[in-house]
Amino acid sequence: MNHTLAELQSGVAPAADPTVKIAVKGLDFFYGDFQALTDITCDIRDNAVTAFIGPSGCGKSTFLRCFNRMNDLIIGTKHAGLITLDGQDIYAPGVDPVDLRRRIGMIFQQPNPFPMSIYDNVAYGPRLHGMKKKADLDEVVETSLKRANVWKEVKDILGRGGLTLSGGQQQRLCIARVLAVQPDVLLMDEPCSAIDPTSVQKIEDLMAELKSSVTIIIVTHNMQQAARVSDETAFFLQEVMGEPAMLVEFGRTAEIFTSPKDKRTEDYITGRFG
Amino acid sequence: MAEGLRPDPMPEEREATALSVRGDAGTLKLVSKATYFKEAALKNLFLACAFMAVAAVALIFVFVGYRGWPVFTEVGASNFLFGREWLPTQDLFGILPLFVGSIVVTIGALLLGTPLAVGAAVFLSEIAPPKVRSVVRPAIELLAGVPSVVYGFFGLLILRPIVADLTGGLGFGPLTAWIILAIMIVPTIATLTEDALQSIPNGIREASYAMGATTWQTISRVLLPAAKIGIVDAIILGMGRAIGETMAVLMVVGNAPGFFRGMGKPLSTLTSQIVMDMPYASGLHRTALFGMAIILFLVSMGLVLTVRLLSRFKEEGL
Ligand SMILES: Nc1ncnc2c1ncn2[C@@H]1O[C@H](COP(=O)(O)OP(=O)(O)O)[C@@H](O)[C@H]1O
Ligand SMILES: [Mg+2]
Repeated sequence: MNHTLAELQSGVAPAADPTVKIAVKGLDFFYGDFQALTDITCDIRDNAVTAFIGPSGCGKSTFLRCFNRMNDLIIGTKHAGLITLDGQDIYAPGVDPVDLRRRIGMIFQQPNPFPMSIYDNVAYGPRLHGMKKKADLDEVVETSLKRANVWKEVKDILGRGGLTLSGGQQQRLCIARVLAVQPDVLLMDEPCSAIDPTSVQKIEDLMAELKSSVTIIIVTHNMQQAARVSDETAFFLQEVMGEPAMLVEFGRTAEIFTSPKDKRTEDYITGRFG
Repeated sequence: MAEGLRPDPMPEEREATALSVRGDAGTLKLVSKATYFKEAALKNLFLACAFMAVAAVALIFVFVGYRGWPVFTEVGASNFLFGREWLPTQDLFGILPLFVGSIVVTIGALLLGTPLAVGAAVFLSEIAPPKVRSVVRPAIELLAGVPSVVYGFFGLLILRPIVADLTGGLGFGPLTAWIILAIMIVPTIATLTEDALQSIPNGIREASYAMGATTWQTISRVLLPAAKIGIVDAIILGMGRAIGETMAVLMVVGNAPGFFRGMGKPLSTLTSQIVMDMPYASGLHRTALFGMAIILFLVSMGLVLTVRLLSRFKEEGL
């Protein structure tokens, strides 16, 4: 697909493909003078799970954090290129990053519940957006915890501090906290690398259930996990230290894992480097 | 002695164990005798320092207690603590007005100083760019090192006339003291509050921003509640500083040992009264001054204990 410069500058994506949730075109990203990403172009499918794989330091987190503009919070970062959500340029002047982040939730590698009760953690987002009635909040808290596959474990201890839970439970609590504001997109940055196997299983299960209503992007170092949970896979690589990373290959997960087109993808997947 | 505190075994013992497990993989280097004795000597040195610090405080308490205790028998505890008049010439040693004076001055200073200090801490920790922070934080810390007599002069020469215009009278009184003390406790409260905010893991901030919270929402709904105990600690320590401050208060408060009558009316506090009277007091009057020192000592000990209790809460994650 080729687009005219005018189209790119206007920030309106051309004849949006309804199965594409997020479209990225020619994205470069800089931390000060250091360019971390170069010329990334890809389409993230709606209601699917997309996995980002690649060696450490190849910019997967950086890329992920462009989608909800978390990188705006780091001084000295800049980007070039276009990212659209439902056809709308997310970096267009006037777009409120705060509203964007409500629609694009994020889960981090380290579970990071707030030092407050389980209930208040989940109610945090709804309260931010003005929900006050106890009955409404109660309902959101319950449905969110159920969707995050942690309700059974916490339903009798909602008043207890979120930090008293195990790591895996904390991570699912964080997922519930994000789901409570009903995001369209869920960004997960290595959500399973710091938690116990039972919780990993539960998170993979909930991803499968969620993807009918939420577009999920997951960064993972675990090839089996990528193969198990994702529909599409993107492989990133920084070939030379100090040079920007690029998107080497992007396609259906089944194809990437069985017949990768690029030699470097094959090497990485079979564990020859990275 | 607790298991963890047992000194390392002497080198000889270690050698024996090490020899018995020596294998082909080579040997581990053993602790030399010199190192062992140096460690042991240092350990004892630090122990001695700690002991001396505690002993000094205990000694002061015993001395003050010994000199001040008779006031409770000779004047009577209730006449002393709840007596409404401090007139040493007529053998009236009621410290209630002075105690109330100390409390009034302290509370006022806290009410003025705390919002300022917490605001400054929030700005430094959460809003200021690193460059600004690296200049402003040391500047605030420097404020803590300014001798209180300098604050006193500032209050006397610059604030007092302004207050005099505002309230009438000469400008000696609690309002001037409040402002001066508020400025003096800002460094204590601001730096400790900033430390409390800085100790919150960054992941918490990221989580809040990623939820679509604004900076202000993140500060008010997550960070300040999370730093709550640290902030209360900071305020209590600031309170200790305010209640114990003598010189600056003495210079601006007016030193009239009666009950609080208004923001611009002279007042006296426990500390300022001790300094005013000590040079000439004798006999029972002198004993009463030591008795006041006991009260001050107990109050600050109470404050410190409160802080300790609070930090225990924090460890328990409540
Ligand atoms: N805040 C930052 N400031 C400067 N450089 C950064 C920052 N975060 C990441 N980088 C650099 O950007 C590159 C990509 O990092 P990251 O996106 O964290 O990789 P990944 O998530 O794939 O391990 C690395 O070289 C890293 O050092
Ligand atoms: Mg990463």
